[in-house]
Amino acid sequence: MSHVVLSGVCVAYDGVTVVSGLDLDVASGEWLSLIGPNGAGKTSLLRAIARLVPFDGEVRIGEDPSSALGARELARRVAVLHQEPQIPPGMTVSQYVLLGRSPHLGYFGRETGRDRRVVSEVLRRLSLEGLASRPVEHLSGGERQRAAIARALAQQAPVLLIDEPTTSLDVGRQQEVLELIDAIRLEQGLTVIAAMHELTLAGQYSSRLALLVAGRLVAVGPPKEILREPVISQHYGAQVKVIDLNGSGTAVVPVRA
Amino acid sequence: MLGVRARAAPLALAGLPRLPWLWAAGGVVALLASAAVGVLVGPVHISPGTVLQALIGGSVDPGQANILWSLRFPRVVLGAIVGGTLAIAGAAYQGVFRNPLADPYLLGAAAGANLGATFAVTFAPGASLIGVNVVPMAAFVGAGAAVAGAYALGRTVSGLRSTTGLILAGVAIAAFFNSIETYIQQTHPASIRESYSWILGRLVTAGWDGVVLVLPYVVLSAAVIFLHRRLLDALMVGEDEVTSLGISVRRVRLIVVIAATLGTAAVVAIGGTIAFVGIIIPHTIRLLVNRSYRVVIPLSLLFGASFLILADTAARTVVAPAELPIGVITAFVGAPFFIAVLRSTRAAAL
Repeated sequence: MSHVVLSGVCVAYDGVTVVSGLDLDVASGEWLSLIGPNGAGKTSLLRAIARLVPFDGEVRIGEDPSSALGARELARRVAVLHQEPQIPPGMTVSQYVLLGRSPHLGYFGRETGRDRRVVSEVLRRLSLEGLASRPVEHLSGGERQRAAIARALAQQAPVLLIDEPTTSLDVGRQQEVLELIDAIRLEQGLTVIAAMHELTLAGQYSSRLALLVAGRLVAVGPPKEILREPVISQHYGAQVKVIDLNGSGTAVVPVRA
Repeated sequence: MLGVRARAAPLALAGLPRLPWLWAAGGVVALLASAAVGVLVGPVHISPGTVLQALIGGSVDPGQANILWSLRFPRVVLGAIVGGTLAIAGAAYQGVFRNPLADPYLLGAAAGANLGATFAVTFAPGASLIGVNVVPMAAFVGAGAAVAGAYALGRTVSGLRSTTGLILAGVAIAAFFNSIETYIQQTHPASIRESYSWILGRLVTAGWDGVVLVLPYVVLSAAVIFLHRRLLDALMVGEDEVTSLGISVRRVRLIVVIAATLGTAAVVAIGGTIAFVGIIIPHTIRLLVNRSYRVVIPLSLLFGASFLILADTAARTVVAPAELPIGVITAFVGAPFFIAVLRSTRAAAL
């Protein structure tokens, strides 16, 4: 139900192709991270899966092509955690998270007790209960990111797309956010597709990595297979050292020549 | 499935926007009080007791009854309709365009109405169609045509992907219509005074014709805007974010713009282009009460209606027996009040 299959996906902006003929299978419950240098097409691919940009090819969510799903049905299956969510001034955490129930409401629908219960439970799960009445704009960066995750979780979608989830967070908050997402993934069988530029974190949290370069899929596989010095050097043009962390994944460390 | 176990969680959820009953009651009181002022103030003194007698069908001097039922009651009702409609239409435009400076005239409704009215005043003075003066009809058609033109133009230049293309199309249409209006006025100086009088806005009416004329449109407009309160709140987050919540931004924008334009066109047809109400009322509610459209829309309706009744009362009494354009009063009183609210609240961003 929650596996995602991409077949020949192409995305172009004003005639310039940014994702080219991409095929990829993401299993249910898997965490797949899209990595690659800037401009590789990671965000564009996520946007194609979420149908936020026009694309050629096919994206299947579960058994159905995404093109066959209505907007609300698609949002019931795929939630998106955007790179820099816009925070409306004055909107409280509760109100913000309640927006996540939109796919479950009719056009003129109003939230019911069930929607409020779902939000209440999500807030509790993410330790945001005490902040429910606070405006989101008054929260710290880490708390805001948790609120954005809560909104995505309130959609109760089996697939979560994440675009650079740790941008502008310190290392402690980065770990907190990724641990939280991974815990929920394991707890609820969530399928996660993330665009990540932090290679060490991508390697530590992902089941597989998909390396994109100039809109093409160059390699896909477990982190140990992808995060190798020659591969990173070739595609990122970077001098790095890959260090085995004795069972805790690998660290990708830049080194000066 | 990204499920949560919701059964044990409490139904009540802190931090959700609710219409504050104190403010709602205050709005109703303000509306009743301003209506009372509007009915009682005028060149002929009429006591509150007489007004009450007239309302409950008691015995009232025929002259005073005629003043009340033919002039003051319909004018107060019309003021409430015009003020309430402009206020919620302004709030709706600000919501769908995510632009605090948006007002009901953003897409050229005022320019279209003005051109239509100028056309009718100049080329068909005093004419009527099926018993209705052609000036408001021409203004209504002009307002609708301008917004439809702006929407069509915005669609061709940006495919409605962004609001910027649509707003710029509105600016272009307004400039084009204004140039034609100015040309007509300059080449027909005999009607220029009447044109300006209409353009600056006033609620001159005799009887209930104006109310009956606009009521179906403003009721439909208000109903649609009220039904979109939740979606207008959703539009406060980014466009991609709203889309990924399963909400069609284009559809919401199109429906709300049509509804707000319908109401605006109806009230400018009967009251002229009264400026400022659609901006200051919703923003004052946002600053003083809450930014959620679940609060802003109903309170804007109540306080917009009250504000315009009072502005109209001032407009017809300050230089009596002459009348000032209401727009002069709304800006003269509204602007300092709005600035005072802005200064007294910590309005980081509107």
